[in-house]
Amino acid sequence: MYEQFKARAEGVGAEVHRFKDKGAALDFILPFLQKEGVAEAHGFHAVWADCPFLKGLDPKSLAEVAGLRFEVSRDAATGSRIGITQAEWALADTGTLVQDQTAVEQRLASSLTDIHIALVPTSGILPDKVALLTRINPRTSRYIAFITGPSRTADIERVLTIGVHGPERLIIVCVDEMGEVA
Amino acid sequence: MKKEFRESIGRAVGNTTLTGALGKFSEAYKVNRAKAYEGIDFEELRSVIAERKSHAASNLELVAATFAKNSEALGAKVFRTNDPEKVKEYILKVAQDNGVKSVVKSKSMATEEIHLNAFLEKAGISVGETDLGEWIVQLAGQKPSHMVMPAIHMTKEEVAELFSKEVDERLENDIPRLVKVARRELRSKFLKADMGISGANIAVAETGSIVLVTNEGNARLVTTLPRIHVALVGIEKLVEKFDDVVPILTALPRSATAQLLTSYVSIITGPTPTTDGSLKELHIILMDNRRSEMANDPKFKQALQCIRCGSCLNVCPIFRLVGGHVFGSIYTGGIGTILTAWFEELQNSEDIQGLCIQCGNCKEICPGKLDIPEMIMEIRRRLVMEKGQTLAQKAIFGIVNNRKLFHGMLRAASVAGTPFRSGGFIRHLPLFLSDLTDGRSLPAIVEEPFRDRFRRIQQPKCAEKAAFFAGCLIDFAYPEMGEALIGILNKAGIQVVFPQDQTCCGAPARYSGAYEVAAKNAADNIQALLREEVDYVVSACPTCTVALAHEFGDTLESLGQSEWLPQAKKLAAKTVDFSSLVKRLVDDGRLTLKEGRKLGAITYHDSCHLKRTLRAADQPRELLRKAGFEVKEMFECDMCCGMGGSYSLKLPEISAPILQRKLQNIKDTEAPIVAMDCPGCVMQIRGGFDQDTADVKVKHTVELLAEQVEQGR
Repeated sequence: MYEQFKARAEGVGAEVHRFKDKGAALDFILPFLQKEGVAEAHGFHAVWADCPFLKGLDPKSLAEVAGLRFEVSRDAATGSRIGITQAEWALADTGTLVQDQTAVEQRLASSLTDIHIALVPTSGILPDKVALLTRINPRTSRYIAFITGPSRTADIERVLTIGVHGPERLIIVCVDEMGEVA
Repeated sequence: MKKEFRESIGRAVGNTTLTGALGKFSEAYKVNRAKAYEGIDFEELRSVIAERKSHAASNLELVAATFAKNSEALGAKVFRTNDPEKVKEYILKVAQDNGVKSVVKSKSMATEEIHLNAFLEKAGISVGETDLGEWIVQLAGQKPSHMVMPAIHMTKEEVAELFSKEVDERLENDIPRLVKVARRELRSKFLKADMGISGANIAVAETGSIVLVTNEGNARLVTTLPRIHVALVGIEKLVEKFDDVVPILTALPRSATAQLLTSYVSIITGPTPTTDGSLKELHIILMDNRRSEMANDPKFKQALQCIRCGSCLNVCPIFRLVGGHVFGSIYTGGIGTILTAWFEELQNSEDIQGLCIQCGNCKEICPGKLDIPEMIMEIRRRLVMEKGQTLAQKAIFGIVNNRKLFHGMLRAASVAGTPFRSGGFIRHLPLFLSDLTDGRSLPAIVEEPFRDRFRRIQQPKCAEKAAFFAGCLIDFAYPEMGEALIGILNKAGIQVVFPQDQTCCGAPARYSGAYEVAAKNAADNIQALLREEVDYVVSACPTCTVALAHEFGDTLESLGQSEWLPQAKKLAAKTVDFSSLVKRLVDDGRLTLKEGRKLGAITYHDSCHLKRTLRAADQPRELLRKAGFEVKEMFECDMCCGMGGSYSLKLPEISAPILQRKLQNIKDTEAPIVAMDCPGCVMQIRGGFDQDTADVKVKHTVELLAEQVEQGR
């Protein structure tokens, strides 16, 4: 199912990576932030919205990353190049991420930034919308977001152009074991 | 037809930017859509959507009340009204009560339907469209030309010009750069807006949720950044169950833009936290604006099954030529014609309903299973009922209604047409009629119609009998097609009778909304064709076949005339088109095709009624292949040729370019012969090639098979 998900997501312009655990995922994410120029300057920050991935991580391991913030306000997200959130589910048939984004921080981090890094447990990959339906409840999840690839438009001369109002890059990080870092 | 309307068509057809973009899009769309639906049973899917949406439309009161109750229980404010004016007042009051100065909108056709922007701006509130196409159109002071691609009529140069003015900086024509400029400009509007206005693609009664489907991500910002969110929802967007979201989300992106899913889908249920920590003020307006009335009208209830994907526009041979602006209203194309007739008034659809050529393409691909051509016919019928026929129509149908007079005039035309004739064609007509022969010659009326020739045809004694319904074109322009048909059926042991009292099949009257005339034609033909006991009623004209097999009963029923209904059903059961009958006779061994012939390449044009109503696309191809032809398929083989009965006479400026496209597709196959099963298409396409340099023979299948068929063994 992961292979189908990856193929579909890449088909719509997402970048998909898979790691065995949180440690390996961090070893990808932190150098990525650096490579993308994340720094202590407006416009170059990164915001990481509260999520299960962060639970149990040694705070020190992230405290020293320059420009990375965990308080996601409107201003912080506006001044950030990268936003990190965690999706609960993914749909293999369309390459879609599904996240409960009732908390506004989740929406800010994933909609105002240029690059969205979306963490997702590999075990959360489902075949399709039908399989998803029994697992989500709109009464308790007031803002359910489906994200499929980066923001796109074809409104000028039908030419596909990436990055209109939402992120221009969507980096999906699948993590097999979401448990504590060994 | 109003002069301004005619002029707007001329402008649209002459706008190469528009026709080029729409034409390329529609060609690519067909392929991409098919790809997006791979692995999905479309018929099954659309049956589910039609059933769920129809269920909601049948229970509008209940689903609307349930939606309101569930949404309000979570803290949303729900306002329901039939009146567009009340919608505007409500939104203005919310804005004024909260000191709103600026509004950002994500795409909402419902707000455009009620002209909300102008209303709010008049009250001093700035309103910014944020969908890129909508923003472009707003900056240009225009209307959207397509439901899904609002600015498809504009070039990047025009967009660059607009943006340059807006940001006061000289911008280049580079599309990614222009999109970046839009991102920057609109981002600041998002951040300072006090209110976000959206529509909804789906509203779920069971949970009180609204579902928003976008690609750009603007709906996410509109519903997240401002402290107030107003969603204007047409009540046709309501579904009963949360489960109903799945089939709609499966079809909508595939049908709209050939995507498996749009970049973003947001399911919003009740107020959510805002960025200052408080709960958002969420207003949901359920707008009726005559939708309940539609739901109660048996002919138009199905319109509420529409999911607004716009695919009916994308496959329409007319829309890709004229675009959306000629429709004059917010909703465009076939579905737009219907919505305009209801949301505005019936009279406003008078001109635009005439744009539909009744080819049936839209009906094939509609994910809501709407029969748009049928609804447009119903609009025609009601317009005629309300206003009566035009003088010209009255004169024409007065004649058609009197067979002897009608046929007498056709005979006279054979003589009257003489000064303009050459080689079996009328190439030029004088003055005001000249448009009819612009790019196409008309067939000359023959001196001796089929009905006279028939008396001289010798037939062998046969065990079975078929009544031949010739139709006006074979009778008066192409009698040789009728003679060929008799020769073939005789070889199968079928004697052909020709009831002399048969008259026009009534299609021209029916397609013009003149049902009374069509009913008279139906009754006359039923009596003529059933007078003698026959085994089959056969026609070599698909439009006539459809009239006999599908429409006589419907026409009589819709006028409450029951006298001839049982006979109409009996006639329908006996009626068969030429190729389907011959295919059956070949399969039964009563006819064989001469073996071992190599007759060379041929291409086949599918006539609208034959393919999409009679479902006979394979039969003629198989017969032609068996006869020894190599069938080379043309591009868009089943796209209308632009004839459409009297359509080509009423709107020659649209019919002509459609024909040119067809001629090109035929020529591109390099086949020396194009076959088809409809004498109307033969008239259109043969007439086109008469004024073209290419040497392509245009033949009815009956003519091609006549020489190749032998008695079965």
